[in-house]
Amino acid sequence: MNETCSAAAVPVHGDYKSKTKPVWCPGCGDFTVLGAITRALAALGLPAHEVAVVSGIGCSSRIPAYTTCYGFHGVHGRALAAGTGLKVARPDLTVLVTGGDGDGYSIGGNHFMHACRRNVDLTYIVMDNHVYGMTKGQASPTTEPDWDNKLSPGGTGIRSFHPLVIALASGANFVARAFSGDTSGTARIIAEAIRHPGFSFVEVLSPCVTFRPEQRGWKELVHQAAVDPTDDAARAARRIMTDDGFNLGVLYAGARAPYPLKRTGTPCEPAALEAPFACGEGAA
Amino acid sequence: MNGTPGKPATLADVMAQALAMEREAVQRYDALADVMEVHHNREVEALFRKMAQIEAKHAAQIAAEMGWTDPSDEPPSGRSPFAADGPESIPEDAVHYLMWPWHALQLALSAEQRAEAFFAGLAVTAPSAAVRQAARRLRDEEREHVALIRAWIEKTPQPGSDWAEDPDPPRYTD
Repeated sequence: MNETCSAAAVPVHGDYKSKTKPVWCPGCGDFTVLGAITRALAALGLPAHEVAVVSGIGCSSRIPAYTTCYGFHGVHGRALAAGTGLKVARPDLTVLVTGGDGDGYSIGGNHFMHACRRNVDLTYIVMDNHVYGMTKGQASPTTEPDWDNKLSPGGTGIRSFHPLVIALASGANFVARAFSGDTSGTARIIAEAIRHPGFSFVEVLSPCVTFRPEQRGWKELVHQAAVDPTDDAARAARRIMTDDGFNLGVLYAGARAPYPLKRTGTPCEPAALEAPFACGEGAA
Repeated sequence: MNGTPGKPATLADVMAQALAMEREAVQRYDALADVMEVHHNREVEALFRKMAQIEAKHAAQIAAEMGWTDPSDEPPSGRSPFAADGPESIPEDAVHYLMWPWHALQLALSAEQRAEAFFAGLAVTAPSAAVRQAARRLRDEEREHVALIRAWIEKTPQPGSDWAEDPDPPRYTD
């Protein structure tokens, strides 16, 4: 754990914040996502020592250091692999995996699809700002094709990745979109995602005020989903594929059984696995 | 997004709510001061620290007035972890690394005005006479804070239109 949390019987959200000062740019959406995560944990009454926050690389992947939970700041794009391993080894922990759009959808894109498919009981929170902020503003998988800048003059011309559709098609059991400017709404969605069994995916629109300052205008564009969540994947797919990208709320809450965390087969000792491959002296 | 706390039913409730609002404001000013410290904007950092001290004094005054000398004396504030930011808290996304103290004071002014409006509404709509009376007094205090910050702004240099221009910008994608 990063620091000892309060011994109070009922934790408050401040108990989950470490004393490490975030280095994010002033005005960055990730501040409020951190606040939303800590509020969700407080609302659920989860002790910090029973929660692990796992991340990859990027601005938003710094989150584990800013919490009092157990944390693991892993390698680029591999947060879900590390988080999956941790959850399978320690099913008693609540595992949150956090990161950005570059880490999650590009470098870690393959892990993203297969984490959805496996449906291990994890909560994956992606702070999507449509840009690689830490490396100074390159286009990411979710960048609009016509975003004109010096690094991609005239825009990349490449269609944006649609993470919610990919998550749904790959088997995620819970798909939601939130906005960092709405801490309260984001906290509610994260709490619901944690409670929901299986792989829960929360895409948080989190403006990068330095490289995409126009995203400060997102607060004027976001709106709450007009309809209740559905457990019908086909209906959810139609909604997600036809919305404007600023539709907030739980968009799909499925009932697929999570990956079983208790093994039922006979464990095999490593020595028995190695035996057929042994060579040299003593080989069979 | 700043929210409106629910309506308190008793004097203790309204004072507990006011105390929670002041404490939230202290935490937010401190957090914003930390942000400015990390980004070497010393003037705004100092201003946010000062605002945190002022709000902490208000919180202490409320607790003393109610005889709440220990946290165990205080009634629950009724604030859910899911509650939106209190009216007196500055939104975290409203700041800029090159902002001037003048900008910070504008944000503080807006926060005090939201608090004044909150208590003004409560002074009219609260079901209990004791709560309405307390709300009127809290509204008047917030009104004083608004006036003090306006006076502070008058004495603070106003930035020019180029205040956000950075000769060594973090971005080169314009």
